[in-house]
Amino acid sequence: MSRVAALLRRDLARLLLGGRGGGALLPVLFFLSVAMLYPFAVGPDAPLLARTGGGVIWVAALLAAILPLDRLVEPDIELGMFDQWALRGISEELVIAVRVIAHWLSFGPPLMLAALPAAALLGLDGRTLGIVEVGLLAGTPGLAALGVTVAALTAGLRGGAALSGLLVIPMAVPVLIFGAGSLGTGGTSGLALTAAASLVLIAIAPFAGGAAVRAARG
Amino acid sequence: MQEAAPFPPPPSPPTVAVTDLACRRGDRVLFSRLSLRLQAGEALQVAGRNGVGKSSLLRIVAGLAPAFAGSVGAEGRVGLLDERPALDPALPLGRALAFWRRLDGAAGDDLARLGLTPLLDVPVRYLSTGQKKRAALARLLGQDAAIWLLDEPLNGLDGHAVELAEAITAEHCAAGGIAMIASHQPFRLPAMRVLDLSAHALSEHAA
Repeated sequence: MSRVAALLRRDLARLLLGGRGGGALLPVLFFLSVAMLYPFAVGPDAPLLARTGGGVIWVAALLAAILPLDRLVEPDIELGMFDQWALRGISEELVIAVRVIAHWLSFGPPLMLAALPAAALLGLDGRTLGIVEVGLLAGTPGLAALGVTVAALTAGLRGGAALSGLLVIPMAVPVLIFGAGSLGTGGTSGLALTAAASLVLIAIAPFAGGAAVRAARG
Repeated sequence: MQEAAPFPPPPSPPTVAVTDLACRRGDRVLFSRLSLRLQAGEALQVAGRNGVGKSSLLRIVAGLAPAFAGSVGAEGRVGLLDERPALDPALPLGRALAFWRRLDGAAGDDLARLGLTPLLDVPVRYLSTGQKKRAALARLLGQDAAIWLLDEPLNGLDGHAVELAEAITAEHCAAGGIAMIASHQPFRLPAMRVLDLSAHALSEHAA
């Protein structure tokens, strides 16, 4: 258990606090700037903003989740960290599972907090904001798992960062459809399906990511 | 994931056994029919021209790369020192080493002896090649591994540090450890065997 704690502590120091990479601050600022730009682009039409704002928050959250992908897995392969972990009997699956948790902690809760001012900028009512927040809680863990999986798959490829963004977007469509769709129906079934899509991605991530890291090692 | 047992069995002496090993990189077979056996306290220098597969041999023994043919058995914990220090470049050296100390438990790593004490506050990315190599040596010492796989351990080290690395490796072997050293520089160890990997290379055959 102390190994998991040590791994999680290092991951959080790198992803949440950041250092040179900017940590959790950069995705949050990106997310807020999209929410701020949208009213400028479509004009001060309050009913239109209120109707479409929830969906904009979801798209902004998805794009913000893509930002840190290039520093999720590849630096550790280049540094030889995965080799040293393997020699100590720490499996790639465990490392990837811990990294999913750390990646989610570094962008999920911060985005849920940032959704409050974003909702104010877009003029969302309280009920819509509630659905957005619960939807983000259900959907962002899946986005985190997907991000780590794709980062592991593209590690070591030329142009891997751009490629991973392109790969994440189509695979995030189920989470986006159910998450943003729950705004339209207002029901809990959309939120439940968002959580279900998230769980599938979380269940796959350690094994797909671990296999990808081993393959990249060659 | 392996958890440390509360009452570990008495450690059996480490061994490395390589039987009829062949190594392939891409579609080229680098070497084949390689057999060797190392007992506790023995050291082996793996020599040979560039690209003959010295690093690949060490990675196969470490279990990090698959063998193309043959088998490899290593009894005992394996430590690897290669060109990548596995230390976070953005962190000060002390904190980068502390991460490995948390994973490895509090084994004795000789920071003062390796001349690292004045560098503990310096971020790893500002360290020179030789300083990084010494830091990686400290990480290896802290791991308390019985089998040391050293891939070009002397690269970037100055004369004093070369003697230090040789002395530390000699002590490791004297304490019952095993060392496999891939290096084309001379590595002075008492009673070290030398394996010329070029003799097992397949350059004359069509692979």
